[in-house]
Formats: sequence, structure tokens, C-alpha cells
Amino acid sequence: MPEQQRKQRPAPRERVEEEATVATPTERGEKLKSELDDLLDEIDEVLEENAEEFVKSYVQKGGE
Amino acid sequence: MAIPKVCGIETEFGVVLRGVADPNPVLASSLLINGYVEQRRVGWDFEDESPDRDARGAAREGAMPPEVETHLVNTVLTNGARYYVDHAHPEYSTPECLDALELVVADKAGERILARSMRAANRLLDPGQEIVVYKNNSDGKGNSYGTHENYLVDRAVPFAHLVRVLLPWFVSRQVFTGAGKVGSENGAGVARYQISQRADFFEEEVGLETTLKRPIVNTRDEPHADPQRYRRLHVIAGDANLCEVATFLKVGTTAIVLAMTEDEVVRADLAVAAPVAAMRTVSHDPTCRATVELVDGSRCTAVELQWEFLRLARAYADRSGLEACGGPEVGGLVLDRWERTLTALEVDPMDLDGQLDWVTKLRLLEAYVARDGLAWGDPKLALLDLQYHDVRPERSLYERLVAAGTVERLVDEDAVTAAITDPPPSTRAYFRGRCLERWPDAVVAANWDSIILDVGTDPLKRIPMMEPLRGSRVHVEALLDQARTPADLVARLAS
Repeated sequence: MPEQQRKQRPAPRERVEEEATVATPTERGEKLKSELDDLLDEIDEVLEENAEEFVKSYVQKGGE
Repeated sequence: MAIPKVCGIETEFGVVLRGVADPNPVLASSLLINGYVEQRRVGWDFEDESPDRDARGAAREGAMPPEVETHLVNTVLTNGARYYVDHAHPEYSTPECLDALELVVADKAGERILARSMRAANRLLDPGQEIVVYKNNSDGKGNSYGTHENYLVDRAVPFAHLVRVLLPWFVSRQVFTGAGKVGSENGAGVARYQISQRADFFEEEVGLETTLKRPIVNTRDEPHADPQRYRRLHVIAGDANLCEVATFLKVGTTAIVLAMTEDEVVRADLAVAAPVAAMRTVSHDPTCRATVELVDGSRCTAVELQWEFLRLARAYADRSGLEACGGPEVGGLVLDRWERTLTALEVDPMDLDGQLDWVTKLRLLEAYVARDGLAWGDPKLALLDLQYHDVRPERSLYERLVAAGTVERLVDEDAVTAAITDPPPSTRAYFRGRCLERWPDAVVAANWDSIILDVGTDPLKRIPMMEPLRGSRVHVEALLDQARTPADLVARLAS
């Protein structure tokens, strides 16, 4: 299942720790973190495929 | 005395037509609106449209007024809203509301209408094709489309006085109105993530344009009401918000500031030295600690400017009761929320996760950065930014966060559902919407300040609605209920 693969994909460990100090300016509890992880897993499932292509193709005409 | 702050929000949605070789956004926008309006469409009456009229008086040399596009799809809904194609976007203009809470409901109902429109339009498309809309303000490639607020303002207030107050106001309120954006555009300098979708696009302090050289204060003078008494302040320096708290604050605080300006309690020494640059300085600093220079030479943060506005607003509320801004109840809610928000912005802006869009989105992005080890240039972050604003309930990341309970809601979903079809009770939108609901075949055309009825005999009857507060439920509910036919309604109105 693609969802499973996404969940299990290991992120580069060192980089995560390095970024994490930047990413969370305030202390957050373990419970919150686990809830957040679940939420990200959920969001993974609805995210559009192929981010780069998708973002590139989103072009609008100016408005107003 | 300040006049009631009748208000509304116009949103141009981003639109894509997928599965088509050469997608046409105008066609996609038309399909959305026609798909939604299955019943007979009521046309918009352009007689009173004059978007090239300038609040400063004579037309400015070199100014490029926007053109009214009469050939595009344009309709009025039973909730009193206008739903139409503007340039290459579907645009939803809420009905006129009387306070910030009412407008949060009407604005959210607009999102639901766009979601329904997508479902309806997509049923008409071939398999593999799909229309998707986004409630945001930028494609990340230098193209912006607007979310405009409108407020009823006393004509007696000199426009130059409004400008003096509004420049520091629009610069500083970004700290809670911003919808957040990955990167920067329009040559605005490097930003990893910024508070506002729109700040990069403002290039002038004051002006008539909305599509190029965008001004912080827009001078469009098209009151859609008695021009002797009123102006409609057309605010283009705002983001499309999904968080109800953000919309509530944006409208509620701006209404109070405008009322204070009418009652002459805002001092001039809040003036920012270089407002265009300050828009970007504030937006490009998610720590909210950057300072901007004031005309008097001192420097302060956007939050400090906001504290000064709030201090004046508290004193003003004690004196006026905020009668023009939803009264003590809604106005009081605005003041309390405003204070809590400024306090949090000073302590740690991330505490406003679930209340402000830019913080909510930033927290999501940071969580992805942390979990997946993404660099800030990673396209996945740009995708998360975009999809936060996806209006399809099943794809919207904002709606995911609502479902997960991390976003605070201010209004009841039942009220939002009702506002999809029903007008707000407090303004002339009630009369417009109810006429349309009762006699859809007799309403030949409608616009903000009049409605044209076919009463069965020549000529067509035009009912002027130049007073935004006349035509409310209190005024006309009984009349509408008693009238048997459009002709009877016209006769009763005349008597």
C-alpha cells in the first residue's frame, strides 16, 4: 500500500534532528507530537502526487 | 457619530481545469457558476457600476480603470450574494452584513458554494477532467488575485484622513490577516516563508488600480449606495482567510478602526515612513519582531502599532459602546480576541496555531520539515501551501485540520449551511434574496443598490435600494409575506 510505504519511509536522521530544533520553537508534549504524527499520516493520504509537477502546473491569470 | 459598518468580502478563487490540453480558466469559471445555478439565472444589472470613479476626485492621469465584463457569467443568489466570472476567476461576493460574525458565516458559506459548484460542474465534464478551486491569492509565480473587503464609510470623512489611518493599519494588521506563503514573488526579496500572500504585490501607497501597481489603499469610489451620504471603502490589502478567527479579526478590527476614524479618535502620529516597504518587512518576518520606521523617526513592530490601535479602540468602546460595529456583544468579542491575539503574537506566534491561517500553515509546514527532513525549497512545501487552500472538502488540508480538531471554529456549521441559501437578516441583502427566492421568474436583474421586477405589464419596475440598512428582515419581512405577486409588492412599496 502506498500509504504504508510513505509512513515507513525513513527520513535522514541527522537532518531531522537538526531541523527539529529550528522547527519547534516551543516545547510541545509527547502526546501532542504523536497526535501530530497521526495527522501528517492522514494528510499524506490526501496530498496530490508528484509535488513538483503539480506546483509547476498551477499557473493563474492575474485578477481583480 | 460613526455609521453602521455594513461590510462584505469579495473573493476571487484560483481555478484549474485538469485533464484538458489547453485549459481555459474563463470557461472553467463559467462552468462552475452555471453548474451551481441550475435554476433560471438572474442577470446582474450594470447600470450603476463605475469602477473607474476615483475617491480622490478627478480621474488621475495614467490611471487604468478596470473594465466591467458584461459578457461573462454573472448572477445573484437567494442569499443575496453575487457570483460571477471576474477576469479569469470565479468570484463570490458575500451579501452585505452588519457585523464581523455575520460576515464570517457568509464568507464560509461562499466556500461551501464553491465546493458544491465543483461537484455540479464536474458532473458535466468528461471522465478524467476536473475543475478545482483554491481560496488563496497567488500562484507562487507572480500572479495574484484578490480578496477584497468592503465597508460602508461616511462620505463626510475626508479621504485623505482615511488614507492616513489606513496605511499603518493595513501594514500592521497583516500579523493576523495573513494567510501565509512559501517563498516570495514580484521581486520582493528572499523569504523562506512569509505571513501574507499579498504583501509582495503592493507597489503604491494610494491608487485606483487593482491589477497592476497595486496600491495599499484603493481609491475606487463606487458606493453602491447613496453617494451623497456614503462611500464604500474597497480594501484590496487583505488575504483570503480560511480560519474563522482570522476573518473575524480582520473584519471586526477594521470596522472598529473605521468607526474610530469617523469619530476622529485616531491620532496621526502612527504614520509609517515607507508603507510599501513596511508591508514586505512585516510580511517577511514570521517572528513578528521586525521594526518599521514611523514618520516621527521612531521604530516599532507591527504588533506594537496594533497595541496602539487597540488602546484607542478600548477607550473608544467605553465611550461609544461600539454601536456601529456590532454593538457591545460582537464588538466586545472583537476587542477581547484582538487583545489575546496581540499578546500571543508577542509571546510566541505559534500559540495561534488553529486561529490564524499563516500560523496554522507554518506549523504544518514545520511538522513536514521535521518529519521528512525537507529543505525549505522542497516542492512538497509549496504543494502543502497550495493544498491548504484547496476548496474540495476531501482534499483541503485546512479542512483536515478542522476535522482533526486543531482549528477553532467561531460559527455553527448549521448557520453556514443556512447562509448558502438564506440572506443575512440585517441589511438590504434580505430584500434582494427574498425577492429572488419568492419570485425568481419576475426578477429580471439585480445589483447591490436596485432590483428590477417584471410585474407582468410594461414597464419593468426598478426598485432602488440606496440605503444599505433598508430592506432588512425587520423592515420588509411582513411586506414580503403579505405580497401576493411582484405587482402587489411594488404597489405596497409605493403606498
